[in-house]
Amino acid sequence: MKIVVCVKFVPDIQADRRLGQDGRVVRDGGDGTLNELDENAVEAALALAEAAGDSEVVALTVGPAGAEDAVRRALQMGADRGVQVLDDALAGSDVFGTVTALAAAVRRIAADGPVDLVLTGMAALDGLTSLLPAALAAELDLPQLTLAAEVAVEDGAVRIRRELDGASETLAAPLPALVSVTDQANAPRYPNFKGIMAARKKPIQVLALADVGVDPAAVGAAGARTRIVGSSPRPPREDRVLITDDGTAGTRLAQYLAERKLV
Amino acid sequence: MTHPADGPVVVLLDHHTVDGAPRLRPPVLELLTLARGLARHTGAPVHAVALEPGLAAAAADEVGRYGVTVVHDVTVGDADRHLTPVAAEALAAVASRAGASAVLATSTFENKEAAARLGVLTGAGVVSDATGVTREDGEVVVSKTVFAGTWTTRCAITTPLAVVLVKANAVPAEPVDAPTEPRTEGHAVTVSAGARRATLTGRTERAATGRPELAEAQAVVAGGRGTNGDFSAVEELADVLGAAVGATRVATDEGWIGHEAQIGQTGVTISPQLYIGAGISGAVHHRGGMQASGTIVAVNSDPESPIFEIADFGVVGDLFDVLPQAAAEIRRLRG
Ligand SMILES: Cc1cc2nc3c(=O)[nH]c(=O)nc-3n(C[C@H](O)[C@H](O)[C@H](O)COP(=O)(O)OP(=O)(O)OC[C@H]3O[C@@H](n4cnc5c(N)ncnc54)[C@H](O)[C@@H]3O)c2cc1C
Ligand SMILES: Nc1ncnc2c1ncn2[C@@H]1O[C@H](COP(=O)(O)O)[C@@H](O)[C@H]1O
Repeated sequence: MKIVVCVKFVPDIQADRRLGQDGRVVRDGGDGTLNELDENAVEAALALAEAAGDSEVVALTVGPAGAEDAVRRALQMGADRGVQVLDDALAGSDVFGTVTALAAAVRRIAADGPVDLVLTGMAALDGLTSLLPAALAAELDLPQLTLAAEVAVEDGAVRIRRELDGASETLAAPLPALVSVTDQANAPRYPNFKGIMAARKKPIQVLALADVGVDPAAVGAAGARTRIVGSSPRPPREDRVLITDDGTAGTRLAQYLAERKLV
Repeated sequence: MTHPADGPVVVLLDHHTVDGAPRLRPPVLELLTLARGLARHTGAPVHAVALEPGLAAAAADEVGRYGVTVVHDVTVGDADRHLTPVAAEALAAVASRAGASAVLATSTFENKEAAARLGVLTGAGVVSDATGVTREDGEVVVSKTVFAGTWTTRCAITTPLAVVLVKANAVPAEPVDAPTEPRTEGHAVTVSAGARRATLTGRTERAATGRPELAEAQAVVAGGRGTNGDFSAVEELADVLGAAVGATRVATDEGWIGHEAQIGQTGVTISPQLYIGAGISGAVHHRGGMQASGTIVAVNSDPESPIFEIADFGVVGDLFDVLPQAAAEIRRLRG
């Protein structure tokens, strides 16, 4: 089985995150990581590959210089090889630009042997849009099985279970298919020393837009369907109160809520 | 079909089932209010789309009170309307037929999936998790918060059709002075093979809890590891406040409460007027789902807990003392 797992390089959510004058995420470098939720996608890819045997897991990213760190992490976990789509024209891409580049890269990877499964995380913890997986499935014309809390492949078909706000669902589709997994799907393995050493020898292929046949005008700021017109940090919360319970804190809390007409 | 700036603003009607009948979810009324504001700039009408059988008829009076002039009642043949790719094609068909300028929906996971595919199908720009939407210099401009509610951004959608997913509690719902009598337009949409490649093999709707839905509640009381599995104090305070009950992932992983109660980056994102967190440390993953709340109250026995960094009102104390006392005082104040 050939599995492509999409991984994104994001600013560390524990770090101070901010936006620049242009409204884009400031990437000072140094404090970026593999999007935590993509570790679940990599884990799912590795587990499915191990179960199927004779499989290949390709970690794919679309991102600027430095983003290969996310791919490297996937390789350390056990993915076989990496692909990065890297091109100055990608700067400022919205979800559809990123999808165009990812889809072209998946097709390119499929050129030397069909791809059975495309896996993604449930959301990138920088933008938290969760738009990409469904858009990528549409672009690649693959069955869309998203937000999997459980995923299994058997007899050429994939099955998932997903938990929505109001319902629990199971879905099935023949391969090839696109699956996004949640953090409930598994517990990502931690790369061990052997994995880290092995990853040094694994190849990361860097592709420009021309290599995957994408028109630069269709992606990046040029192709984006949205444009940031302003951004500002939220003003700090004012008049904050911190009390230690002396036996009356519950009453004081109720009074605080009543004063603010919140009860 | 083109999408002129004065084309209808189309609102997707989300529903839940009450006593066997489809009913609108409260955030839809907020959406209709926002849609009217957006439509006013170009003199466009506000339309609604119903994908659930019986919903168009059941909701006609209510959407009329919010100024809707046309309800599109869509059927999808033998395709499954619960599949989000099917919903996307239904929306694409209505948007095209009506020459819509914008499609508005609530920012749920299902609607995000439908909107993403709608974007691929129509070329529309899509913004999710919006807290506001207006028209400026002809363009649809959307505001949203990012980075766990610590930044606000505004972005313009530059395509003729704009798709905007709005968070609950973005604006108060306001009916119109003179209700309309919406006309119903039926659409039988033929769904493509591409949207039906995955099959829904099972679907179990969750039974209603009797409390407000977490994602749309005006007030939320949440419990974490500090409850040690006993949610009674959290539930008692929630019930006097008419609030929804939420939890951290620790509490849902422990099985103390259902996974649907999880607030955070991988659970439900909430922005109620009031959030009360009890026995919750305030991990970044949890904060990402609640930091945009109006007033934040924290009750935690450890003064070093990071939740106090973002609390408007923090109580260092034992939740099993503080919450019941607060509930009792609220009852007393109400008389
Ligand atoms: C990929 C990923 C995604 C995640 N997504 C989410 C998510 O969406 N939502 C989420 O919530 N978490 C999420 N988590 C988990 C998150 O990192 C934290 O582990 C979790 O939020 C902590 O839950 P907690 O505050 O209940 O527990 P703890 O951090 O253990 O805090 C318990 C608190 O209770 C206090 N306490 C104890 N007893 C009492 C008492 N009697 N009275 C008052 N206070 C008391 C303690 O002082 C402590 O501060 C995610 C983690 C990962 C890795
Ligand atoms: N630039 C990217 N490169 C590779 N994968 C991505 C990229 N952006 C998003 N993804 C994938 O899409 C998932 C959802 O991201 P999003 O829709 O941006 O929240 C992530 O978990 C990744 O698996």
